[in-house]
Amino acid sequence: MSDRYISIEGIARRYPKAGGGTTTVFEDLWFSMRKGEFVCVIGHSGCGKTTVLNILNGLDAPDDGAAIVDGKAIEGPSLDRAVIFQGHSLLPWRTVLGNVAYAVAAKHRDWPKAKVTAHAMAFIEKVGLKGSELKKPSELSGGMKQRVGIARALSIEPKMMLMDEPFSALDALTRGTLQDEVRRICLETGQTAFMITHDVDEAIYLADRIVLMTNGPQAMIAEIVENPLPRDRIRTEVHHHRDYYAIRNHLIDFLVVRSKSFRDEIPEGYDRRHPPIVRPGADGSGPDAGHKAA
Amino acid sequence: MTLPLNLRALVLSLAILVVFLTAWHVATQTGGAGPAANIDPEYAKLMGLEVTQGKSAMPGPLDVGKTIWGHLRDPFYDKGPNDKGLGIQLAYSLGRVLLGYALAVLLAVPLGFLIGMSPLISKALDPFIQVLKPISPLAWMPLALYTIKDSSVSAIFVIFICSVWPMLLNTAFGVSAVRKEWLNVARTLEVGPVRRAFTIILPAAAPTILTGMRISIGIAWLVIVAAEMLVGGTGIGYFVWNEWNNLSITNVIVAITVIGVMGMILDQTLARLQRAVTYPD
Repeated sequence: MSDRYISIEGIARRYPKAGGGTTTVFEDLWFSMRKGEFVCVIGHSGCGKTTVLNILNGLDAPDDGAAIVDGKAIEGPSLDRAVIFQGHSLLPWRTVLGNVAYAVAAKHRDWPKAKVTAHAMAFIEKVGLKGSELKKPSELSGGMKQRVGIARALSIEPKMMLMDEPFSALDALTRGTLQDEVRRICLETGQTAFMITHDVDEAIYLADRIVLMTNGPQAMIAEIVENPLPRDRIRTEVHHHRDYYAIRNHLIDFLVVRSKSFRDEIPEGYDRRHPPIVRPGADGSGPDAGHKAA
Repeated sequence: MTLPLNLRALVLSLAILVVFLTAWHVATQTGGAGPAANIDPEYAKLMGLEVTQGKSAMPGPLDVGKTIWGHLRDPFYDKGPNDKGLGIQLAYSLGRVLLGYALAVLLAVPLGFLIGMSPLISKALDPFIQVLKPISPLAWMPLALYTIKDSSVSAIFVIFICSVWPMLLNTAFGVSAVRKEWLNVARTLEVGPVRRAFTIILPAAAPTILTGMRISIGIAWLVIVAAEMLVGGTGIGYFVWNEWNNLSITNVIVAITVIGVMGMILDQTLARLQRAVTYPD
């Protein structure tokens, strides 16, 4: 069953419209993830990416369908699923250590204080913040704050990590370093990760598979792109890989053109339950190469 | 060379104080050149030395200083109901304020929490708060005296009723304005509602709550003087009124100064607490 470790089964989310009636953000969305897999979601603002993420973390609930993790339907937030928020969302009145320890103590309520601190410190070290553990978030740079967020998420040793554009507010250099770190940690710990991003290069570097969502409302999963790059990729060399531009162009073409037009020209044989799986590569030609594989 | 800002401010403050004291001294020294002659002897007898000798009835800073020194040397004497030390009177007022204020904290903070967390309760209680809030606390006095039948407890009640509103409204506002992302952090960590209230909402809203508490203590200190003038017996407010009846302007000025200094101490204490719970964002 590790093939469907996380499974989204026909979920829909609707909001009442201001003037009456309802807006359907998306409906009948199907998608699953393997254990230890890193999945990125790409789509324009308003396509419901964050809603999907919030359904996965339990802060939001679908109007139809269900989201299942490890054989159990999601009913509310759980310590099994850690969230790294877009704004770092650290508690400003607590120190770095206090913020991480807060999560550790929430997970292990019976632990003595010393054990909680030691556990929290281990994860602060893991994200390279040793020496800053007694600082308040206001004394940290944006990148360091997000590191604390990562340490906090990791410290509860979740079954999966959910990330909502975690690096979008950071400068390019910091973003690169943190991407390296998240990738390293996820590979080391075999973490299952689900990340929303706007950044095509981030998705190519981090993801095993990339979910493409069409524009909302009534967003759909247009296709699922398998990353042709090898798993042991290195950020500085990724763009030299022969398949790099094939996948990059494919993703950008989707964002620029097909995310809008997909709904009006749904390909023949499109099945919401099994969105086409695409593997762009240098062997094919053009962005639609690889559709054969679906 | 320029002195640090704080030092320059201190020098300027002292200069202003000296100018003020000098002006005060000069103004009270120059009495009329002998109006005693034109005054009805009966009235002169009634009014005492100041009028008969043409001296200003307004005490100068030296008189006030002398009296303050006298009070400071023996603040706690008790020579019957109409002659108690300034320290005793101040302690009575402070006791009433702190008691009424503490009761107000006990009610306003939990109730404010409830209002801030529940839109239903917030809407339901809003009309009552809107009507009760603008009532002058002293307007409650007759009702308090009638129902409680004890002037001292009535004064405490008046302090309670005037300190409740700023704390209630600020707590409610602070609690309702806690950032959603912090609440979501707690929710994703499966933190229960009670723990969430104490570990997220309370620290997040603490600066706003303390602002309300600071406003309240200021109002309470304003109101206690008026309340004690009404109920009489003890307290700094009664002292002011009693000295007015004694026509001891010197003691009235002393009391005014003491009220000001005490109010400042109360305010600064709360300000310090407020700084302690404020977090940089």
